[in-house]
Amino acid sequence: MLSRTADHLFWMSRYMERAENTARMLDVNYQTSLLPQSADRASEGWDGILGISELTQAFQKKHDRVDARNVMHFMVRDAGNYSSIVSCLSAARENARAVRGTLTTELWETTNQTWLEFQRMLAQGEFERDPAALFEWVKFRSHLSRGVAVGTMLQDEALHFIRIGTFLERADNTARMLDVKFHALAGDYFGTWGDNDAPEVDFYHWSAILRSVSGFEIYRKVYRNVIRPDKVAELLILRPDMPRSLAACMNEVVSNLGMVANEQSEETQRRAGRLRSDLQFGRIDEILSTGLHAYLTQFLDRVNDIGAGISRDFLVPA
Amino acid sequence: MKPSFDEMHASAVRVREHYQGYDQWLARQPRDLMAARRDEAEMIFRRVGITFAVYGAKDEDGSGTERLIPFDLIPRIIPSDEWASMQRGLVQRVTALNRFIHDVYHGQEILKAGIVPSEAVTNNAQYRAEMQGVDVPGGIYSHISGIDIVRAAQPDGSGSYYVLEDNLRVPSGVSYMLENRKMMMRLFPELFAQHRIAPVAHYPDLLLETLRDVAPASADEPHVVVLTPGMYNSAYFEHAFLAQQMGVELVEGQDLFVKDHFVYMRTTRGPKRVDVIYRRVDDDFMDPQAFRPDSTLGCAGLLDVYRRGNITLCNAIGTGVADDKSIYPYVPKMVEFYLGERPILENVPTYLCREADDLKYVLAHLHELVVKEVHGAGGYGMLVGPAATKAEIEAFRAQLLANPSNYIGQPTLALSSCPTFVESGIAPRHIDLRPFVLSGKKSVQMVPGGLTRVALKEGSLVVNSSQGGGTKDTWVLEN
Repeated sequence: MLSRTADHLFWMSRYMERAENTARMLDVNYQTSLLPQSADRASEGWDGILGISELTQAFQKKHDRVDARNVMHFMVRDAGNYSSIVSCLSAARENARAVRGTLTTELWETTNQTWLEFQRMLAQGEFERDPAALFEWVKFRSHLSRGVAVGTMLQDEALHFIRIGTFLERADNTARMLDVKFHALAGDYFGTWGDNDAPEVDFYHWSAILRSVSGFEIYRKVYRNVIRPDKVAELLILRPDMPRSLAACMNEVVSNLGMVANEQSEETQRRAGRLRSDLQFGRIDEILSTGLHAYLTQFLDRVNDIGAGISRDFLVPA
Repeated sequence: MKPSFDEMHASAVRVREHYQGYDQWLARQPRDLMAARRDEAEMIFRRVGITFAVYGAKDEDGSGTERLIPFDLIPRIIPSDEWASMQRGLVQRVTALNRFIHDVYHGQEILKAGIVPSEAVTNNAQYRAEMQGVDVPGGIYSHISGIDIVRAAQPDGSGSYYVLEDNLRVPSGVSYMLENRKMMMRLFPELFAQHRIAPVAHYPDLLLETLRDVAPASADEPHVVVLTPGMYNSAYFEHAFLAQQMGVELVEGQDLFVKDHFVYMRTTRGPKRVDVIYRRVDDDFMDPQAFRPDSTLGCAGLLDVYRRGNITLCNAIGTGVADDKSIYPYVPKMVEFYLGERPILENVPTYLCREADDLKYVLAHLHELVVKEVHGAGGYGMLVGPAATKAEIEAFRAQLLANPSNYIGQPTLALSSCPTFVESGIAPRHIDLRPFVLSGKKSVQMVPGGLTRVALKEGSLVVNSSQGGGTKDTWVLEN
């Protein structure tokens, strides 16, 4: 397969996944903001979303106030923000268009239709009318793209690069989300909080995190217990059967990478395999004892490094 | 009154025989159903992304404009005997054109014989001296030829086919021929049950066969690619479509490189040799070392590999020397010269402004002629005398006098019309036809019909998509 083609496939699925995760984050924050809470806490939530995506500065150039309206506008429909949902869906579609011949007709049309339909929804004010419905729609279009890819594509390199893009992006997004949500409460987290606010605030905080990764019901099923931060962290980092956990994402990255291995990709595969092993054999108390923020920061660096390796070995060879 | 010819109606009350089945069907269709079908077609074309980019145009958000080529629901129908004769004529004409290009780049017998003036070839900007003496597989240069044909009304009320133009560089539009057929079968399956319509869907197969047929002798299992200028090119959809239909890679210049006298592409598993390039990039941009140095669309060193016979380019470099409007008038003579046959397809009578007598005639008849730039394409840079204002004619006269050899003149043909579904209902609109002729070492082939383009503006003769033209499905009826 052409390197350029693989590159477009990889980025097509990354952008689609990013659009979904942005919609998830915004959705949870929007739902949370409907709960009774102080204005400060609401604005912390919106601040966090900007921080996650490293967009605080870009946002400040355009808006004075961090509030629901401004942040949602910036993150959903501002085409000048390269991380907004509209930018991600556009980039996914442009990448798909560049390799439309490599995609099945169904996958191309799904991606194209998502873009056309999203533009129409924005133009007709559907976002302002019902943000939650729009977020839900974005999530389901992403599910659809992934399902159409798996259900119609030949299981060759093209599909493997699509999958690598999806799971590398998801690993990155889950890690960022965890980091910002824990960070919002107490700086770094070492497994126990000091004197804390009311426990019911915690309940809503942690259940919001879980919901943003469709993990609330899974948590109950796995732990049959009240919601505790260390368990939330364990579920989202180490559980290989939790589809949005770091462990699950790295399993997919490693196995798909193995399918496309070439003569120069050994080092990238070693690094990905090592990261996967660290998750596979890691324990949450160990992770927390060195501090969750430090751990996630390092994880993001390693994911980023693997992404660069994939580019060098397959996508943009010299 | 000027003569006119309608493909469907022989007179106000009589429908031509080959249209009678369709006419009866059409009469039974409610108007709003047809309108709904048209909307459905537009929606599908958009979803499928059968769009073309318009150069220079921008959407509100600053991205390039993607437009649909309007698709008309009413087919253009060609009876089988007419097609049979046209097909023979196309094979003959394209064979002669290939012989001509080979001759130009070898012995130049036709120039020596004084049949085509030497300066029309050697002073031609499309003549590529680099190709002189280069042998290409099977002596085939124009593997894919788009021959534009019109039907013009005669004073006696009949209609005759004429070749308007030969397109031997990178003719486009074949994807619309295929997609239009798919759309018609989806919208009106019952019509296909009622008529015996020759299928066209095997075009990509014939194309792949042709491309593999002309691979260099050194390639056992020829590796074919389609070269596109990229996704912002107006014909990008077609490039991607053909690559996909043939199951070959769609490459851009940046994917290719030359090493040790062969062309390779960069893949996820290292370099892979390429044997045949179906290129949709003009000569000028193919190799920055040989042609335009600023081009990033081609591949540096490609021409050298080509001259060594280690890669086949389809179409060959330098075919433009034969599809130029100043060469066009000589094509019937080429048929006689190379094949010893009488030309089956006629040319439109043409005045060469480079010749004093012809120029005098053209200048005196600007208001009734069509005058075109020799190298122009896409309906740009032309004067349609009868439709032009006095001021436009005078402005054009000045242009023409400044550089007469840059122009040819032709009578304004009364192009045939075909009923077309427009805002005001069903009304006649002018059409042309572009069959796509495939030339390999073994044979010259084509699928029945081609792309019918229609000038949607009432009275307009310009069918180009860049100027508001649309397309129709083209049916060749089988006996």
